[in-house]
Formats: sequence, C-alpha cells, structure tokens
Amino acid sequence: MTQKANDTKAALLEYVLGVADDSLILGQRVSEWLGHAPAMELDIACSNLALDLIGQAQLYYEYAAKLQGEGKSADDLAFLRDGHHFRNHLLVEQPNGDFGQTIVRHYLFMMFHLKRSELLVGSDDKELAAIAAKTVRELEYHLRFSADWFRRLALGTDEGNRRIQDGLENLWSFTFEMFKDVPAETPLYEAGTVPRPSGIEAGWNAAVADLLQEADISPSARKAAPTKGRIAGHHTEHLGHLLAEMQFLQRAYPGLSW
Amino acid sequence: MMTASPQQDAAFGTEQHVWQVLEGVPDPEVPVLSVVDLGLVRSVEIAGDAAVKLEVTPTYSGCPATSLITAAIELALQDAGYTVETATVLSPPWTSDWMSEEGRRKLKEYGIAPPSPCGTRGAGMTIACPQCGSEDTALVSEFGSTACKALFKCNACLEPFEYFKCI
Repeated sequence: MTQKANDTKAALLEYVLGVADDSLILGQRVSEWLGHAPAMELDIACSNLALDLIGQAQLYYEYAAKLQGEGKSADDLAFLRDGHHFRNHLLVEQPNGDFGQTIVRHYLFMMFHLKRSELLVGSDDKELAAIAAKTVRELEYHLRFSADWFRRLALGTDEGNRRIQDGLENLWSFTFEMFKDVPAETPLYEAGTVPRPSGIEAGWNAAVADLLQEADISPSARKAAPTKGRIAGHHTEHLGHLLAEMQFLQRAYPGLSW
Repeated sequence: MMTASPQQDAAFGTEQHVWQVLEGVPDPEVPVLSVVDLGLVRSVEIAGDAAVKLEVTPTYSGCPATSLITAAIELALQDAGYTVETATVLSPPWTSDWMSEEGRRKLKEYGIAPPSPCGTRGAGMTIACPQCGSEDTALVSEFGSTACKALFKCNACLEPFEYFKCI
C-alpha cells in the first residue's frame, strides 16, 4: 500500500473511532440518570437513549476493530483505551448538570449527529453506510425527544426557561468543534467516504436558531472553547472521571466477561 | 420415544421445514411473536443435507435481546437436527413494516398496539387502544419498557397500553 493510501486508511479509522466514541460517551453520560431522572417516564426514556447509543457505538467499534486489523474487540476499544486516545467531541463528555442541561446537550449534539449520520448513509464505504442507515431511524427519536423537552421546559415556567438558558450558556462553546474539518480527512471528503464537518454547520445553525426562537431562548454569545478533542484527544477534565468509572471493571479484572 | 427422529420427517432438509421450526421460536421480550412474525430472519439457505445458513437482522442497535434471539434460533434448529450457521446483516436496516399481518394480529390480541406504517412516524398519528378500540388515546412517552415500545393511555377506557413503535 502506498503511503497516501495508508494515511487515508488511518484517517478513516480515527473518524470511525470518533463516531463510536461520541456514541459511547454520550450513552454513558445519559445512563447516569438511571434512578435519578425527574420522572419515571424520563428515567425509562434515558435508559432507552443510553441503550441505543451504546448499541450503535458497538457497531462502529466492531467496524473500527476490523479496519485496525489487530484482532481487537469492540470491548477492547471501549474499555482499554486511555483518555487521550478517545476521539469524541468535547460536547458529549460535558457533565449532565441538571435535566435542562442534559436536554440542551442532547439536542445540540443530535442535530449535528443525525445530519452527519444521514450523510454517512450515502458513503462510498458500504459497511459504514450500512451502520449509519441502521442508526438514523433511532436517532430521529432522540432528536424529537430532546427538542420536545427543550420546548416544554423553556416554555413551561420561568425556572424551566432559566435552566435551559443556563444549559445553553454552559455548552455553547463546545458546539464549534463539531464543524471543524480535519486536514488528514481531506481525501475521505473528496472520495465521498465521510461528510465534511464544515458542510453541516449552516443547516445546524438554521435549525438551532429556529428552536431557540420558538422556545423563547436567547442565542449565546460565547466563543469557541478549545477544539482538539476529536482531532488530537485533548479532552476536558470530565472525560477522565467518566472513564475511571466506566472502565473500572475491565481494568481491575482484565478479560472479565459475563 | 413418542416422536420420530427429526430426520424421518418428510419435510426435513427443506426451506419450508426450517421456516416451520423458526415459527416456533418466540421473541424473548414479546413472546407472543415468533422471530418470523417480527421479520428477524432475512434468509434461509439449505447448505447441505442437514446444514442451514441463516441471515438474521437485529431490531434496534442496542436491543439487549439480540444475542439471545440468535442463540434461541440456533438451539431450535439444532434440536430439529440441523447444523446451523448464522450471520448478522445490517443492511437494509430492519423496519417494523416487516412485521407480518399474523404478527400484528397476535400483538393486538396480546394487548400491544401494532406499529403504524413507517411513513406515518411522528406527529399526528392516531393509535387505537388495543383494549377497547377507541382512537381517543394519548402518547405518554415515546420510550417504554423495551426499545421497541412507546407508552400510551386510552382516554376512553382509561387503561394504559404499550405501542410497538414504527421504525
């Protein structure tokens, strides 16, 4: 294989790991609500959302392991990598905060992730396209759920409105990272293997602006936070704490299985 | 003892017989439905005298019953005298539109509202109460006790019920 082909393959592996990590980390975050959500129906909804995301992560990890060709399993990639090897966006690792902030995070990310996944359905990589197609219909439920609760909380009471507004302020800086193109991925954009992140930005901005207006929430003036989570594994301190809990069992008892 | 060995069944080794065995494999979460009713078996291929190759598809990506379903399918066919090889296929993705008419009827009798056609997913859908048939029902939550079900209540008979989501 030529150097160029090798580089492109490495970039694809990093990209697939990124989608897998986004799904796993957000799934783990949402699962933290189990037993704590504000209502029984929301507790059940959170377990469903987490289950979808972790199941989707598994499909992407299995494909990543295949691309990597080192005989690793999806579990190896989820439980035995250190924080700086994770390629998720910084937004998904941010703490749950209150339920309002959790809803804001889910909405802001899902609006991006669903658009990205819909574009991946048209990928020239048939396996990647098949996984994305499998997830899209599930993600539609996630987007609708988070948009509904965004409106309900923001338009319900002053307290609800304040919490959604605060959640938006806390998270807005982390949204810019999702639209950063990665130089090493240029051949993948050109071949139609993965979508150009910057190409998703305009549609995302328009959709989010519509919801903010509808929900009587002011746009945030915050600027971009550091954006090297997906590109270089430079994460916020929150990821380490999440991984410490999530990976504990496999680290303490290597090879343990059910 | 009482039954003849499976290989003596005249239909043994035919696709039809394999489907017949599969119809006896219940879904672990909605046991009134078989894996055939749900449309989970994508293809059956007779690969030798007593060897079968199957393509199985998961419902939801995160459905915890997926591996259990595959194991149940393999076990049932082994019990019937076959050696089995199953492969998981993702494409095209499973849709609730593949549920058989028979499956929809059984689901409703069991007390779960069957899925609407996928085109109607989302706002404005009317789901009839599986208990009293009234269309005066309200969505409680799109997420229920399993990944495939939503929670509804009936305003006419006041019973809560589950709806098998379209996906």
